[in-house]
Amino acid sequence: MVETVLPKISFAAPDAAEPAAGPSAQLIEVENLCLFYGPSKALKDIHLRINERVVTAFIGPSGCGKSTLLRCFNRMNDLIDGVRIEGSVRIGGHDIHGPDVDVIELRKRVGMVFQKSNPFPKSIYDNIAYALRLQGVRQKSGLDAIVEESLRRAALWEEVKDRLHTSALGLSGGQQQRVCIARAIAIKPEIILMDEPASALDPIATARIEDLILDLKKEYTIVIVTHNMQQAARISDFTAFFYLGELIEFDRTRKIFTHPTKKQTEDYVTGRFG
Amino acid sequence: MQHFEQEIGDLKQTLLAMAARAETAVNQAIQALVDRDDDLARTVKEDDDVLDRFEKEIDERAIALLAKAPLATDLRLITVAMKISQNLERVGDEAAKIAKRSLELSQEPQLKAYVDLPRMATLALEMLKQALGAFVSSQSDEALAVIPHDKAVDQLNRQLHRELVSFMVEQPATISRCLNLMVISKSLERIADHAKNIAEEVVYLREARDIRHPKLGRTDASPE
Amino acid sequence: MTNAATTLRTSGRHFRAERFDYGSFFFTGLTGLATVIILAILATILLNILLNGWDGLSWRFISTIPKKDFFDPDTTGILPMIIGTTFRVLVMTIFVIPVGVITAVYLTEYAPHNSPLTRIIRGAVNNLAGVPSIVFGLFGAGFFINFIGRNLDVALQSAKPTWGQPALVWASLTLAVMTLPVVIVATEESLKAIPPGLREASLALGATKLETILKIVLPQALPGIMTGGILAVSRAAGEVAPILFTGVAYYMASLPTRPTDQFMDLGYHVYVLSTQSPNIEATRPILYATVLVLLVLTFALNFGAIVIRARVRKKLRALH
Repeated sequence: MVETVLPKISFAAPDAAEPAAGPSAQLIEVENLCLFYGPSKALKDIHLRINERVVTAFIGPSGCGKSTLLRCFNRMNDLIDGVRIEGSVRIGGHDIHGPDVDVIELRKRVGMVFQKSNPFPKSIYDNIAYALRLQGVRQKSGLDAIVEESLRRAALWEEVKDRLHTSALGLSGGQQQRVCIARAIAIKPEIILMDEPASALDPIATARIEDLILDLKKEYTIVIVTHNMQQAARISDFTAFFYLGELIEFDRTRKIFTHPTKKQTEDYVTGRFG
Repeated sequence: MQHFEQEIGDLKQTLLAMAARAETAVNQAIQALVDRDDDLARTVKEDDDVLDRFEKEIDERAIALLAKAPLATDLRLITVAMKISQNLERVGDEAAKIAKRSLELSQEPQLKAYVDLPRMATLALEMLKQALGAFVSSQSDEALAVIPHDKAVDQLNRQLHRELVSFMVEQPATISRCLNLMVISKSLERIADHAKNIAEEVVYLREARDIRHPKLGRTDASPE
Repeated sequence: MTNAATTLRTSGRHFRAERFDYGSFFFTGLTGLATVIILAILATILLNILLNGWDGLSWRFISTIPKKDFFDPDTTGILPMIIGTTFRVLVMTIFVIPVGVITAVYLTEYAPHNSPLTRIIRGAVNNLAGVPSIVFGLFGAGFFINFIGRNLDVALQSAKPTWGQPALVWASLTLAVMTLPVVIVATEESLKAIPPGLREASLALGATKLETILKIVLPQALPGIMTGGILAVSRAAGEVAPILFTGVAYYMASLPTRPTDQFMDLGYHVYVLSTQSPNIEATRPILYATVLVLLVLTFALNFGAIVIRARVRKKLRALH
C-alpha cells in the first residue's frame, strides 16, 4: 500500500495587499523540467518558483506548453500515453514524482478547473459531494455544511440554494463553471489550477469568475492559464510568459505588462507577434 | 495590428505637430516683444486656440486607444503623450501671456535693450526642442541632458528678478514696465519647467523609470 | 449553388429558385420508396403470420403443457416452450451482460491503445461476431457439455450424469458466447460517447480510476449497455442452432425447474411442427400460432427492456 505523503503544508503569513519586499513562501518549485511526448520535447528546461496565496498567470501563444506545465502540477499528464518527465517538480518541498507519493493524495491537495466546464450529470449537490463521499464523509449534516460553504465561496449559493437537487446540467455556462470551482474547493485543496476557466464564457460570466478568483486567492494558491492578456493583467500577481516550450520571462504582473524585459515578451504582450 | 499601429503613429504625429505649434508660439511671442510688434502679439494670443484644440484632440485619441487595453510600450506611450500635450498646452498659455504683456509694454518706451529675456527664451526653446527630439528618437540620454538646463533658466530668472526689483526701487516710474518684464521672465521660466517635464516623461517612456520629484527618492515602476 | 444564383431574380421580394431541383426530388423519392418497401415487407410478413396464426391461438393453447403428441390442434399447448425460451434468454442475459461489460470496460478504459494484446482481443471479438450459429452449437456441446459438464460430474461424484449432458445452463452459456460481441460493441460505443472531460474531472478530484468508472462512467453508459442487452435478447430469442445440441429437447413432460434440466423452445418447436407433423394441414394453424407467440414474446422482452432503458435515460438526463 502506498503511504500518503504530502504532510500538511504549513502556511506562511499571508501576503499584505501591497507586496512587501522579500519573497513569500515558495510553494511550487520547478527545476530543469523537461517533458516529452514520445520523441518530441514539449517543455524545455523550465525553471520556476510559484509563491503561495498569489495568482500566477501562464500566458503565451497556442502550443507554447503552458497547459502542459499546468497539468504537471497535479500529474494529469500521467494519463497520456508516452509522456516522460525529466527534472523535478516540488510542491511544499516534496518531489511529486517521488516513489512514495500517492497521486490520488496529490490530486486532493492540488485541484483543477478545466476550460470546458465538466460538471457530472448529477445534481448540483451530488456534484459537490462527490469527492467528499469518496473521502468518507457520509453524514448528511456534514455534507450539507460543506456543500453550502463551497457554493458560498464560489459565489453561487444564492442562485442555486433552492434547487440543489436538480441537475447541474440545467445551469448556464457560467454557473456550471462555478459549480466546477465549488466542487474543486469542497475538498479544501491548497492549490487550484485553472486552465482557461473563462474562455468559453460571456463577458459578464467571465467578470464574475475573475472576481471569484480575486476572492479565492486569500486562501488558495492559484495558477491560471489564460490566452487573454488583459485578464492576466487584471487578476494575476505574477505572470510567466512561455513560447515554444520555454519559459521566456517570469516576473510581477505589473512589470510584465508595463515594461517587460525581453523583447519577445514585449512583442507578445503588445500583440505584435509573428 | 496594423490599424492599431497606424493609430499610434497618428497620435505621435499629432503630438509633434502640436509641439511645432507651441515652439512657434514662443518664438513669435519673444519676437513680438523684441520688435514691439503689436500685430504679431495679437496673433499669438488668438492662435492659442489652436493649441487648446490640439490638446483635446490628443486626449480623445488617447482615450480611444486606451479603450483597446494596450500594454507595455503602447501603454506608456499613450499616457506619456497625454502628459506631454498638457505641458505643451501650458507652454502655449505662457506664450500668450508673454504676448499680452508685450502689448502692454509697447504702450510705453522701452526700458533698455532686451538681452536676458531673449537669452532665456533661446534656452527654453532649446530645451523644448531637445526634449521633443528625444521623444521622436526614443533616446533617454538626450532627454536626461535637458533636465540640468532648467537650473540655468531658473538662475537667469532670479537674476533678472533682482535687477528689476532694484530698478523699481530706484525709479518708481518704471514699476509697471518692470512688473510686466518680471511676468514675462516668469513665463519663460515656466516654459523651461514644462520642457523639463516633457524630458522626464520621455525617460519614463523609454526606460519605465519615473524620475520626477527626485526628493521623494527613486521609484522604479515596479517597487520591490 | 451557382445555378440557382444566376437564375435568381434580384427583385429581392422572393427567393425561390427558378429551376426545379430534380436531384433533391429524385433522392427524396428514392429514399421514401425504400422506406415504403421495407415497411411493406414487414407488414406482409406480420399480417401473414397474424392471419394464419390467429385461429390457432387461444388461452388454452398458451397455458397447456402438451402430451407427447403435440400435432393435434385440439389438445396441444405451448406453455413449456414459452417458459423454456424465456428462461434461456434470461439466464443468457445474466451471463452475457457482466462479461461483456467488463470486457468492454477493459478495452476502452484500461487497455493500452495499440498494444498487441488489445489488437488480439478486438480481433477475437470481431471474428466471434461472424461465426455461424451452428458452430456455436457444436462448441457448446463439445466444450460446455463434454468438457466442463463431464468433469464437473466427476468432481461432484454425481450418481448419474447431471452436468455432463444437455441442459438449460449450457444452452444459455452458449447463447451468451454467441451474443457477447453485440454487448461488447454496444457497451464500448456508449463508453466512448462519454466525454473524456468527465473522467478528467473525476480524477482531478482525487478519485481512483476504478471509482471513476464505477461512479461516473458506468452510470452514464447504462442506456448503451441496455441497448446491447436488448440486441442480444432479440438475437438470442429466435436462434435455434446454438441450442440444438446444448439443451433443447423434443419433448419434456414437465416445465424446466433446475439449471440442469432440458427445456423446450418455441423456435425449435416450429421446426419440429413443420417437419415431423403427420398432417401438415391440421398442424398449420398451430405452427403459425407458435410463430406468432414467438414474435410476441420477442417484442415483449424487447419492449420491457426499452421501457426500463427509457426510465434510466430520463433519470440521467434531468431531475433527480
